Amino acid sequence: MPYSADLDIRITDTSLRDGSHAKRHQFSEADVRAVVAALDAAGMPVIEVTHGDGLGGSSFNYGFSRTDERVLMKAAAETARQAKIAALMLPGLGTKDDIKAAADLGVGVIRIATHCTEADISIQHFGMSRELGLETVGFLMMAHSQQPDVLAAQARIMADAGCQCVYVVDSAGAMILEDVTVRVEAVVAELGGDATVGFHGHENLGLSVANSVMAVRAGAVQVDGSTRAFGAGAGNTPLEVFAAVAERQGIRTGLDVLRMIDVAEDVVRPVMDGECVKDRLAIIMGYAGVYSSYLKHAYRAAERYGVSGAEILLECGRQGLVGGQEDQIIQIAATLAKHGAAA
Amino acid sequence: MQKITAAIVGPGNIGTDLMYKLLRSDVVEPRYMVGVDPDSAGLRLAGELGLEASPEGVDWLLDRPELPALVFEATSAYVHVRNAPRYRAAGIHAVDLTPAARGPYVVPPVNLTEHINEMNVNMVTCGGQATIPMVYAVSRVVPVDYAEIVATVSSASAGPGTRNNIDEFTRTTSKAVEVLGGAQRGKAIIILNPAEPPLMMRDTIFCSLPADADHDKIATSIHDMVAEVQTYVPGYHLRSEPQFDTMPDGTGRVATFVEVRGAGDFLPPYAGNLDIMTAAAAKVGDEIARHLLSKEH
Repeated sequence: MPYSADLDIRITDTSLRDGSHAKRHQFSEADVRAVVAALDAAGMPVIEVTHGDGLGGSSFNYGFSRTDERVLMKAAAETARQAKIAALMLPGLGTKDDIKAAADLGVGVIRIATHCTEADISIQHFGMSRELGLETVGFLMMAHSQQPDVLAAQARIMADAGCQCVYVVDSAGAMILEDVTVRVEAVVAELGGDATVGFHGHENLGLSVANSVMAVRAGAVQVDGSTRAFGAGAGNTPLEVFAAVAERQGIRTGLDVLRMIDVAEDVVRPVMDGECVKDRLAIIMGYAGVYSSYLKHAYRAAERYGVSGAEILLECGRQGLVGGQEDQIIQIAATLAKHGAAA
Repeated sequence: MQKITAAIVGPGNIGTDLMYKLLRSDVVEPRYMVGVDPDSAGLRLAGELGLEASPEGVDWLLDRPELPALVFEATSAYVHVRNAPRYRAAGIHAVDLTPAARGPYVVPPVNLTEHINEMNVNMVTCGGQATIPMVYAVSRVVPVDYAEIVATVSSASAGPGTRNNIDEFTRTTSKAVEVLGGAQRGKAIIILNPAEPPLMMRDTIFCSLPADADHDKIATSIHDMVAEVQTYVPGYHLRSEPQFDTMPDGTGRVATFVEVRGAGDFLPPYAGNLDIMTAAAAKVGDEIARHLLSKEH
């Protein structure tokens, strides 16, 4: 089943949300206006704009925003002509009040994310979002860590709560091809016609484009990515690349491939502090199954405490940390430093 | 010694764990356990331990020929909002373990006796009980413009109360970080982690500091406060020394890392988040009971 009469799949660009991690949450209003205008003109159907950790993410734990995300969401909504603006929200960090405020600013799609075993903390938020008339998306984060049947059961909780599309989210960029297929298939089978399925990939093991193709073949009708891969870890699925691959595969995305290639080079790249690359720590995140937004925090803690960033991330993986536990990176680094000094 | 009679409303994990603690009290006698589900394991246990247990709800409790002087509410925020006026009308002191926040907040090492005459006091949240003493430990030394707490609890220890009330958790906790912790502005974050075996409750407390803050004095205050919390929650401890940093704007920040190992009364030791809540409630209950006993004499 295609996404709609015109599109086989619908793409969401998350440069201005997942990219917030790579930018250390320092977006300006001008950055947002420039990127939204360019993506909108290239046919991007949905553009997500929020602090990297979602509504209310500006904090000691995740990093303070240079510009209030509400100013950024408003600017995006004012700039977009055809694209819908989306916002991310994590229960336990943001609240229903944040969702209401986002809706008032012109956000049309709310994406509610939980760790992939904790879907029931999102029930109230989906219910209220639907009452507000928002389109709803659910994110099952760190989906590599659970078997397909577990994900399917969690997806059912979200769908029953009012979620219209459940995403299998490879937060750690740890999934490898068939890992995606079996998970997406299981969620599609569970949800039937009750909700659609999406996929959100990361580039840590270099597979985000291929994984996204696998997801579409398995029945996903929404795909996330970031232009120029602008996102956490080694970046997200690079959308100018995915748009080209999709077109060659006969998958209709509605994106203008040549324009997307230009936007990536001429508009998004200048906003980035540096390219998102598969460097040592980014690869380790995919290898050890660590939440991609830990990358900059691990670099900072490694420098502050004079310890190995790789060791920090491997310990995060060993401890089974989930998204949002950035505070533990400091504690792990401090402990490594102390034990190093004692040895 | 004479004791004050008490009821526990809500025979779930929290209510049952609290029962074990109250059974050890010198001044509180838990007499009633009240639920709504006849198959509740907590009600059965309460019966076995000599309490009068009923699945017929608060109506049953308020129908007893001898009413308790003290009630501990371990249901949910929504239920307590309904029950609170009924306890008040019956002249029963309520210690509220839900985030309903009908009465003033109490965190024992900060304000144990401040609201001793109130008919309803609120125990904030598990995260609040674990972190507000640390915010207070900093704010009694230097002004704290902003404090932020991150509570991570094991999925296994987060029952339907927490899961259905997660916004109430963040709202109530952040408010109490301000009101009791002494921060100008507070923020609270809760994270559920499903790792197996379940991890201990972990809390990180970030406080902003003035640029010229005396770090040694703050660290000493934090250690003193840890010792005070340990008097009623023995498993409360620091995972590392407080970490001091300078922010890009030149102000300071201290990060304190706490772990809470539960006493294992009813819930396993990993459920330190529930243990600190029931231990704090039991301590507040004892204080109210002593106060009531002193008025009788």
